[in-house]
Amino acid sequence: MATYISKRLLAVIPIVLFAIFLMFLLIRLSPVDPAEAYLSAAHIHPTDEILAEKRHEFGLDQPLWMQYVQTVKGIVLLDFGNSFVTNTPVWQEISARMPATIQLALSSILLAIAISIPLGFFSAVYKNGAIDHFSRLLSFLGASIPQFWLGYLLIFLFSVKLDLFPVEGKGTWQHFVLPSLTLSLALIAVYTRLLRASVLEELEQQYVLYARTRGIKEKAIMGKHVLKIAIAPMMTGLGMNLGKLLTGTIIIEQVFSWPGFGRYFVEAIFNRDIPVIQCYVMLAVCLFVICNLIVDIVQMYMDPRISLKGRAQF
Amino acid sequence: MISSIRIARKSQAAILIGSATLAAFFLIAILAPWIAPNDPIQVNLVLKLSPPSFDYPLGTDHLGRCNLSRLLYGARVSLGFASLIFVAALGFGLVIGTIAGYKGGVIDAVLMRFCEGVMAFPNLVLVLGIVGLLGPGLWQVVMALMMVQWVYYARMIRNMIVGLKEQNFILAARISGSSTGKIIRRHMIPNVLPPVLVMGTLEMGWAIMDLSALSFLGLGVQPPTAEWGAMILEGKNFIRSQPELMLYPGIMILLVVISFNVLGEALSEKYGIKKR
Repeated sequence: MATYISKRLLAVIPIVLFAIFLMFLLIRLSPVDPAEAYLSAAHIHPTDEILAEKRHEFGLDQPLWMQYVQTVKGIVLLDFGNSFVTNTPVWQEISARMPATIQLALSSILLAIAISIPLGFFSAVYKNGAIDHFSRLLSFLGASIPQFWLGYLLIFLFSVKLDLFPVEGKGTWQHFVLPSLTLSLALIAVYTRLLRASVLEELEQQYVLYARTRGIKEKAIMGKHVLKIAIAPMMTGLGMNLGKLLTGTIIIEQVFSWPGFGRYFVEAIFNRDIPVIQCYVMLAVCLFVICNLIVDIVQMYMDPRISLKGRAQF
Repeated sequence: MISSIRIARKSQAAILIGSATLAAFFLIAILAPWIAPNDPIQVNLVLKLSPPSFDYPLGTDHLGRCNLSRLLYGARVSLGFASLIFVAALGFGLVIGTIAGYKGGVIDAVLMRFCEGVMAFPNLVLVLGIVGLLGPGLWQVVMALMMVQWVYYARMIRNMIVGLKEQNFILAARISGSSTGKIIRRHMIPNVLPPVLVMGTLEMGWAIMDLSALSFLGLGVQPPTAEWGAMILEGKNFIRSQPELMLYPGIMILLVVISFNVLGEALSEKYGIKKR
């Protein structure tokens, strides 16, 4: 168990190094010179002298491998440099905006779970019934609708027409409703079908038949046995879908003027604020690697066979 | 038996409807300059935000540009660039996938680890990262989308080539003296392409959605070009007075993406192809 986890942890290191390498390569390949980007973001008129000075400051006059080592060192120490625009440490700016994004992501996950468990469960129990057809339609729409448009659609319906929820910003619980609903639809689309499939699979099992012959009430069979087991694959799916969520927050924060770090990232792209972009991409990479790790470990807890063969051999 | 016939009929209908809608959209894209009633970027401030009329069937936007013409021309950008991304990603994926599958060994392992690494991340975060580093603009966005999408084709093609290598007809071709190039061109690629095209149908839907999302963020298509995502960005400011400005382009995106999804799902179900 401990060896398995430590092996998995070690396997993370080359992935992160590779990601840093790719990013480094892209910045060097990009036609944009970081020194020039800095000067234009800071509204300083570029002269050869200032450019040379900035290049020296960013270490651009050093050999490439030295620059790479410096980049890795900076990232390990959480030192991403200063933002070109505000001249404050990037890590400070991003961590100040992180809570807002995490709150939004969490409320969307909770909403997605609260909706997709009953919806998926009942569409399996009443297969081909009205609920099943509704959930099929919903998951189809969820996969095809552009998230940003869905956001405006909800604003139009619930804020403009019905005047129930605020249009933008953050503060009260009402501010959470529309952005979370928008974000969670993509998740609901996936989880509902996932849960439906696994409930249907469980219903075929012998133990359900046995419980029925023993005369146990259908309600008890469903609640105590079937649902409990069927939820497991959905929980692993939660970790895997964090990516959809993160992508979603970038767009949804823009729609609802949510003060999170997704919006900050988009601003940074416009300003060519390279340290901020670098920090965001690194954060996303680490988030993914860590989430996949947690999913693997949770899966191993649920199924000890995994640690004994196959996966343990890295 | 009866239910399987019903399913087959249903998927037949889905294929028919999906391809008919898509054909209509592609026709609109191609014929836009002839069927559009007005110039899509012609600014006319006197007529701004005017209601539907004979000359402007869907009214005008905040700069007095014809909404219908902009929607029709928008099909050009979305379908055109999605097709370009599809062809480029497929071409690159075909080359890399064939090399990895045919050569095997270390080359295969390195290329496939790379592909899996790219697949581990959500597409749009990667695309945004690349656009961030290359700078905003339509071509950068198209490039970023290509760079992310080819890996899906490469992996699928590689897996199929590995399977084909062991087939008797390939062995027969080799025994009868066909060169490697000929085996790949004449015997492998024709077998690989149909399932890949089915997957491509679903990928096109993704590409259109991502392209419009990036234009909505202001990173892709730049004004005054008519593009659906960018139109939603402009129309959102009039959500109280003229909601149709942001409703129409969204409906267009939804229709196109749904058509690609319906067609792709039905085709992959019919031919039993594993999706991404």
